[in-house]
Order: sequence, then C-alpha cells, then structure tokens
Amino acid sequence: MASMRDIKRRKGSIQSTQQITKAMKLVSTVKLQRAKQRAEESKSYFDLMYETVTSVLARTTGLNHPYLQGGESGKKAVIAITSNRGLAGGYNSNIVKLVRDGGFSADDTAIYAIGKKGRDALARQGYQIAIDGSDVMEGPTYADAIAISKEVLQAFKDGEVGEIYLAYTRFKNTVVHEPRILKLLPVEVPNVQGETQEAKAVMNFEPNDEEALNQIIPKYMTSLIYGGLIEAVASENGARMQAMDSATNNAEEMINKLSLQYNRARQGAITQELTEIIAGANAIS
Amino acid sequence: MADNQFLLKIITPDRVFYNHDVTMVEFNTLEGEVGIYKNHVPMTMIIAPGILTITDEEGPKNAALHSGFVEVLPEQVTILAEVIEWPDEVDLGRAEEARKRAEARLKEPSGKYDMDRAEMALRRAIARIEAAKK
Repeated sequence: MASMRDIKRRKGSIQSTQQITKAMKLVSTVKLQRAKQRAEESKSYFDLMYETVTSVLARTTGLNHPYLQGGESGKKAVIAITSNRGLAGGYNSNIVKLVRDGGFSADDTAIYAIGKKGRDALARQGYQIAIDGSDVMEGPTYADAIAISKEVLQAFKDGEVGEIYLAYTRFKNTVVHEPRILKLLPVEVPNVQGETQEAKAVMNFEPNDEEALNQIIPKYMTSLIYGGLIEAVASENGARMQAMDSATNNAEEMINKLSLQYNRARQGAITQELTEIIAGANAIS
Repeated sequence: MADNQFLLKIITPDRVFYNHDVTMVEFNTLEGEVGIYKNHVPMTMIIAPGILTITDEEGPKNAALHSGFVEVLPEQVTILAEVIEWPDEVDLGRAEEARKRAEARLKEPSGKYDMDRAEMALRRAIARIEAAKK
C-alpha cells in the first residue's frame, strides 16, 4: 500500500490537472457559443449559394466546361481542415483517418493543410503538403477562404490536380460532429427531378453561359471552403469541450478514490500507533 | 405588397444585408449598369464593383457593392454579395488612400504591377467613395 505522503501528493497533482481541464472546458464553451453563432449567421448564404448553383447547373445541360468535367491530371487535392491545438479528443485524428482511408493514396494526393495537427499527422504518413495555411484557424475570415480557393483553383487550372476535395468536420449540433469529405471540383451536377426543372423558367446568362460559370463556380467553392472553416472551428471547440468535460469527470473520480485510500491509510496509521502505545504501556506495567 | 414591388434579398457570408420588398434595384454588372423592375426575364449576372441603388417605399438607398452575382427571377431578385457596405460603414479615409495608390500604380510603366488588379482596386475605391458621398 502506498504511503500517506505518496497518496497526498498524487491527489494534489490530479487536483491541479482538474483545474486546468475545467478552465479549458469553460474557455471552449465560450468559444463554441461564438463559433456556433457565426455558423448560423452565415448559413443562409451557403444555402442560397447551393440552391442557386444547383438550379443554374440543372438548367444548363450539355455544357462542356472544365469545372464540370474535371482535369486530366490523376492527382487529387485535399483541403484538410484540422486544429492548431490538441486536447480535443478524436477531432484531429478522425480527419486524418478519413483522408487516409478515403481512397487518397500518399503518392497522388496533394494536401492543402489548414491546421497544424492535421498537417503534421499527414506529413508523417508520407503525404505531400502543398500549402500550409495553419494561421487561418485562429480566426477564419472570408478573405482567407478566397485566398485558399484561389490557390487550389490555380493548381487545377495549371493541370497539377484533377480533382479537389474538402475534408472537414461538420457541426451537426453541440455533441455530434461528423468528419466528412466533400467533392468541390468537378462540380457534381445534382439530379433534379424533371418536374421542378420544367416548372422553372429558362435562365439567361450574362455575359454568356461559360463566362458566368467561370465566375460563379469559384465563388461557390470559396463559400464552401468558408463554410467548412467556420463549421470546423465550431466542431473543434465542441470536441474540446466534450474531451475536457470527461477529463474533469475522470479527475473527480480519481480524486474520490484517492481520498478514500488516503483516509483508510490515515486511520490504519492511527490504529497502529495506538496499538503500539498500548502494547508498550502493557509491557512496562 | 404593392403591384409593382418584388422581393429583394441581399446576402453576404456574414449576414443578411437586406430582405425587403422594393420597386427597383440598380447595380453594375460586367456588361454595364442595369436597373431591374418587377417581371424581369430570369437571368444570372455577375457583379462589377459599383453603387447599388435600392428604391423602396422610403425612397432610394445606396450601398457600395463589390463582387458577387445576382439571380433575377420575375418575382424575386437574390444578390449573393461577397462584399457590400452601407455608406456609413465605408471608411472614407482608407478608400481615398486606396484610390490614390491604385491611380499611382496605373500610371507606372506596365509590368511593374498587376494592371488588372490595380484597375479593380481603383474601381472598388471609387465605388466606396461615391456611395459614402451621396
């Protein structure tokens, strides 16, 4: 049995760890609230963007546009959004796993890493890191999303990559976060049912179909990347909040167990001392 | 809703900028300036930097609109704007500075700066300044 002093020291160290996890939980709770609000504010933009782009594409059949066909290169680009800091449970490793098991081999995949943790983990697995945009995760803005999407689109236009994917964690609600991969380019034309398609009037484009798509699809991509960034921030804080909550609970449990052990040891020591004194007194008399 | 009004939605990544019935909306596209009334032919247009003028029951309102695209339907117009500002949100000092910088760059011999970019910057700055002064 461990000595009283050992138990006491151990308890103290767990208590200070618990204070840290508690503080971290509070911080991420506040951050989560803010990130959630931002995600909600921008949601109407993405919903409308998605609606508009799909309705535009549904009405323009037979277009032969590189953004719809995919490039010739067999290489794929993956924009992997993770966090800069750890202690968020499985948040980062889930994304890494998703990329690794999602049919992206290390040889023909270029990683556009947003977030240090994912960058390091993927680099260790032998993936080539094309761009490191980890600073963005500190507070993603729309301008950041524009910069990233420009970078990836340039690679697409230059023929370096043929397909573009976005790997991020979708924020369903505070407790459910779902890592997933989204195909950005070539845009997959959704299967709109015949009725809805006919109900809508024929759409005209200005200046012309091709030019309009040239302009709209990069904006569509940017908005998806921005949405991904914002949801990832919310998920990160949600994941950290959960991880820290269970860490705090575990610490509490350990402290209770150690308190019990400590009290038992203390009682044992007192009993032993008493027995010794009584035995000593008896021996004298 | 009066007979000649339609719903105008202006949405940015951060907020819903405007969502109300209007009688007319004017803005710049790549093809030039356009004004849209109710029952316009369905059309998708790309925005060029310029002033957006909304006319509703309270009279005309201005805003500086920089990029995005518009989906026009007979009963509804949706502007997906990447950047848009009301006149009182414009930082006039910064816009003036940006205009001077862009003008200086355009005067330089070609090749030193990206001319297209400088031109776009100039147009954005002018749109901001004009929106703020009106």
